[in-house]
Amino acid sequence: MLLDVENVTKIFGAAEERIEVLRGVSLSLDAGETLALTGESGSGKSTLLHLIGGLDHPDSGSIRLDGTEVTTLDDAGRARLRRDQVGVVFQQFNLIPSLRVADNISFQARLAGRSDPDWNATLAGRLGLSSQLSKYPEQLSGGQQQRVAIGRTLAAKPPLILADEPTGNLDEATADAVLEAMLTLVRETRSALLIVTHSGHVAARMDRQIHLAKGRIAS
Amino acid sequence: MMRAGLQALLSHWTRNPLQLFTLLAGLALATALWSGVQAINAEARASYDAAAQTLGEARYAQLRGADGGPIPQQTYIDLRRAGWLVSPVLEGRAQIGAVDLRIAGIDPLTAPPGVGTIALTNGEIGDFLTGAGQLFATPDTIARIGETPDLTFLPTDGIAPDLAITDIGIAQSLLNAEGEITRLVVTSAQPLGRPPLEQIAPDLVLMAPQTDTDMAQLTDSFHLNLTAFGLLSFAVGIFIVNGAIGLAFEQRRQMFRTLRATGLPLRNLIGLLAAELILFALVAGTIGMALGYLIAAALLPDVAATLRGLYGADIAGTLTFRGGWFVSGLVIALGGTALASIGAMSKLARLPILAAGQGRAWAMVSSARLRIQAIVSVALLLAAAGIAAFGSGLIAGFSLLGALLIGGALALPVILDLLLSAGERLAKGVTAQWFWADTRQQLPGLSLALMALLLAMAANVGVSTMVSSFRLTFIGFLDQRLASEIYVSTETAEGGRLLEEFATEHADAVLPILSAETDLAGLPGTVFGARDHATYRDNWTFLSSISNPWEAIHAGTGILLNEQTARKRELSVGDPLTIGEATFPIAGIYGDYGNPTGQAILSEATFRGLFPEAEATRFGLRTSDPDALQEALIQDFGLDAGAIIDQAGIKAISLDVFERTFAVTTALNILTLAVAGFAILMSLLTLAGMRLPQLAPVWAQGLTRRALGRYELIRALLLAALTTLVAIPLGIVLAWALLAVVNVEAFGWKLPMYLFPLLYLRLTLLACLAAALAALWPARKLARTPAAHLLKVFSNER
Amino acid sequence: MNVKALAVAICLAAPATGQGFAGLGTEVDGFSVPQPNPAFDFPADHGAHPDYRIEWWYITANLDGADGVEYGLQWTLFRSALAPEDGTGWDTPQLWMGHAAITTPTDHFVAERLGRGGVGQAGVIADPFDAWIDDWSLSGPDFDTLRMTATGEGFAYNVDLTATGPLVFQGDRGFSVKSSEGQASYYYSQPFFEVEGTLTLPEGDVAVTGSAWLDREWSSQPLGENQTGWDWFSLSFDTGEKLMGFLLHEGEDTSYTSATWIEPDGTSTPYPNGAFAAEPLEITDVGGRDVPTRWQVALPDRGVDVTVSAMNPQAWMATSVPYWEGPVHIEGSHTGRGYLEMTGYE
Repeated sequence: MLLDVENVTKIFGAAEERIEVLRGVSLSLDAGETLALTGESGSGKSTLLHLIGGLDHPDSGSIRLDGTEVTTLDDAGRARLRRDQVGVVFQQFNLIPSLRVADNISFQARLAGRSDPDWNATLAGRLGLSSQLSKYPEQLSGGQQQRVAIGRTLAAKPPLILADEPTGNLDEATADAVLEAMLTLVRETRSALLIVTHSGHVAARMDRQIHLAKGRIAS
Repeated sequence: MMRAGLQALLSHWTRNPLQLFTLLAGLALATALWSGVQAINAEARASYDAAAQTLGEARYAQLRGADGGPIPQQTYIDLRRAGWLVSPVLEGRAQIGAVDLRIAGIDPLTAPPGVGTIALTNGEIGDFLTGAGQLFATPDTIARIGETPDLTFLPTDGIAPDLAITDIGIAQSLLNAEGEITRLVVTSAQPLGRPPLEQIAPDLVLMAPQTDTDMAQLTDSFHLNLTAFGLLSFAVGIFIVNGAIGLAFEQRRQMFRTLRATGLPLRNLIGLLAAELILFALVAGTIGMALGYLIAAALLPDVAATLRGLYGADIAGTLTFRGGWFVSGLVIALGGTALASIGAMSKLARLPILAAGQGRAWAMVSSARLRIQAIVSVALLLAAAGIAAFGSGLIAGFSLLGALLIGGALALPVILDLLLSAGERLAKGVTAQWFWADTRQQLPGLSLALMALLLAMAANVGVSTMVSSFRLTFIGFLDQRLASEIYVSTETAEGGRLLEEFATEHADAVLPILSAETDLAGLPGTVFGARDHATYRDNWTFLSSISNPWEAIHAGTGILLNEQTARKRELSVGDPLTIGEATFPIAGIYGDYGNPTGQAILSEATFRGLFPEAEATRFGLRTSDPDALQEALIQDFGLDAGAIIDQAGIKAISLDVFERTFAVTTALNILTLAVAGFAILMSLLTLAGMRLPQLAPVWAQGLTRRALGRYELIRALLLAALTTLVAIPLGIVLAWALLAVVNVEAFGWKLPMYLFPLLYLRLTLLACLAAALAALWPARKLARTPAAHLLKVFSNER
Repeated sequence: MNVKALAVAICLAAPATGQGFAGLGTEVDGFSVPQPNPAFDFPADHGAHPDYRIEWWYITANLDGADGVEYGLQWTLFRSALAPEDGTGWDTPQLWMGHAAITTPTDHFVAERLGRGGVGQAGVIADPFDAWIDDWSLSGPDFDTLRMTATGEGFAYNVDLTATGPLVFQGDRGFSVKSSEGQASYYYSQPFFEVEGTLTLPEGDVAVTGSAWLDREWSSQPLGENQTGWDWFSLSFDTGEKLMGFLLHEGEDTSYTSATWIEPDGTSTPYPNGAFAAEPLEITDVGGRDVPTRWQVALPDRGVDVTVSAMNPQAWMATSVPYWEGPVHIEGSHTGRGYLEMTGYE
């Protein structure tokens, strides 16, 4: 088992203002498996994704990724986890604006020490970015930017890819194309994919779906 | 409508208090530095003027005893009764209370206007005149004197410190000088038909008003330096204000659009913005004036000590509040704000009503903009070179400074961009590559602050170089001019002959200082006759000369000329110079700092041949035992101690002076760097919010927040260090402009420039320290940003 | 009477009480006060009286130049005491002020000198008579034979005065009352001087002849507190008769007048308040001030009803305490020349 989440809770705020975003969520994911996490706005699905990716830490519960207990890692440990084990694609602002497209694609892989120029070139070609490599992110369209983000995520071939509404800011046609490219490449790299989406259409493309409601798994 | 508009505009500041603070603080600091320096200048000038006025030397001719001694009171009466309108002054020092007080006794009934300018009201004059013992002094002096049972001290302004003005009768008794007068002030308007001086008082000599003294020249030079410093500091401040105004403008674009769309005419909008800025300028200007006052008050004792020591000019060590100074400071604040807001205002005027509401407060370095900046900068630097080569006059000098400063400042982002691109290309690791690229991306946001740092650094380098060069030159000059251990003067030529005889036996060498007034290439000047002695050969240095100038002089085949005259008449080594009937080729040109008039040197023999009537009354004496020689001169020869000048004493005073000058310069250095550091801090804080979207992806991909904070700090240090790389050459060019262009235009002599690498290293470290301190807080803040803040960047959803 | 002289002198010393003209209307402290029925002692009384606050030697002259031009001349030495003491040294409380002027129909030259008593810069010795300040002097073997010199920026003069008549005592035998409250001074004149000498002007030297009038006066408080200025006339008629008359301003519209009629032989008749009258006829702008420069002057008891006109209306004395002083022409019932002095027109 690649990922094992057990009884995770997360509370934001304190005292009167406190919001229990996750109230004991458990799930697991095998290597290469794809899973859609759906739910209403505020159901806690993005928070869960952040916790799994080592971007934030839970108030209780356990998250094991490839045998490592994520919840007990310190800041540096979580940074290492993000670098080596996980690739994340967000809804927006995925890219480093000061770096060119080519450097954005290879950035995380190089951080992780796993950069492979040939694979990077392949990725760029597959994502239709070959002619954009020397541009800066702000010179690209939204769909292109998300493709770069996907390319960057896959460049290091991480065991787990986390995607948080990766096509949420795109129009339908672009979104489909981007999703298609991502799914194809994820399967090729045999990475597992956990995707947060509110789109049933997207969710249907995954191996499994989990629905979150009010911080709990509903189905 | 207008009110609502103003309210809307001002609401921006309540939502962005930090920006408001930046704007006000930048302007206040700029005004403070400028006005502080101006206040020091004004105070010092007012003090000399007061000193010159109270004693009347600057405005009126004087009669003094030919022997330098006191004038009998009867001579004064004789002169008055012969129709000479003269007024007696008795000067001396007496220990009164806790102060070694300089006492000036005057006669208010005969004193011409401006002598003894003390405010006497009708009721007081009787007490002043008739022995009740009234003395006028500054409140500060009176406070230091303390209790004096027999004397009444009355406070007055506008006179020199440690000086008391009193009636001549009281002065005579305080100084134990009954019937004595030090000098007589000659009123400018004299009646018809008065007999010549020789007939009435053959023992007196008439001396012209000392309007153009060496002291005035040197102090002017010092003040010019301070003024240049003030100007540079102000430029630093204006960069900060410009940045703050520009940012506020960008952030309020949307508001401008809305206001205009709802019917506020453009003219009114500009009017409102102008009103807002005037309000800020007045507030910040007032704060700045208060700060400037504090700066001046803190530095003034050092400045006072500097000038007192260097030029013997007494200036008060305390600051008087001057209304004119305050108003001029506010005008400067308003002018500076106007200057800083020109760009934003003109942009607003051209803004189409439905322009994009959200400006790009953040943008990649636009290569087009950089190119324009580079072109303007190069044009300005070329203009500066042109002015340096062909310009003349003080205006040209200051234009040169301005062109250099602005050109240098505009060049900075271009140069930094090039350096950072190179760094990015050369970077090996991915983090390093990102670091260089990211740093380069910060340039537009930081460039104003960095320009401020550049100007501050350049100003510091420039002024420090200038002051240090001044010091080296001046000390070298003193060594050259005061090579003899002891200098003595006699009142008469007869005394001179006797002294020379006496000294020849007691001193190792006697160097008579023979001089005559003459015409030098059409300018009034003085020629000296120098005895053939190693003292001259060993100590004198020349700005330019033939290989053995002294040999030519003593062979009678050459003349030495001072720099001022050579410059004014465009003479150089080898050119002929006519003295009286004889013509000599110029064998050497020497620096003659602080002397406004022409000067030339011949050998003693040649000189005596040309001026047979000239006799020496001043002598330089070489000796290995100055104390014994002084003693012998006083005890055995009967020379007055006041007629002996001890060279070591003069040098000690000069050195002390320069230390104090350094104290002032160092204080100003630290202040300007602090202002620049503040600019960096404000820029970083302003950028911090906008930086999250740039940093969040890096963090998400595996860098810790701590690492990000560390890079933030390193980035500031790197930028500061790179900026100093540009600043040091710019500062050196500035120093050169001050020393070799402005100084020559203002005073006629060029100061040689020396370089001080250790000084620059220290300044670089200080600049980096300022930048590091400025970046510390933002970096710490970044290192501790909650993950939630970073995550918010990626999604609107939690 | 030249009360103004007092004013000018005392302005150096007196506190600015804001009363009267130049502090003249102030209290007397420690100083002697003139008493009626004076017994003068000459030549001693020609000298200084340091125990009185103020004193002057005041000469005005109407002269004719060899160049055909008419000239006016003034020489005045004022003494002002800060305290009723004399002595030597800088702390002597006697201050001196000299005023000298030459008036021509087109120009007016003025000089002022200030000096300390006690050090020799200024003073008066009664016998042989010598009054001086700086290089100015009025001196001679006796009071009837004097040489008068003064210099200023752009002018100088050196003239000899010879008395052709006796001293004339003003008021009641030299006790001259100055207000209805009884303030008074000792006051006598020598109006019979003949003058001969040389004026030095920017254009060169001019030989002059003519007549001069000398006033001697000393007191300690000659003006009433409400008196703010005066107009003083010394008129020499072609008949050989002379009239001295003055008008002291008391508030807005009231005045105190006094006059002395002098026969050609020196016989004098004093006139009390009200006998003498003077009314301005013409006002001239003198450097921004309104100064009457033509007067209707009357002493009905002697049939005098004349117009007195300034020879040079711009004869302003721009001295420490400024006033108007200059030669006048007389027309009407009598003709002649004289001098007019006006104070309080600042």
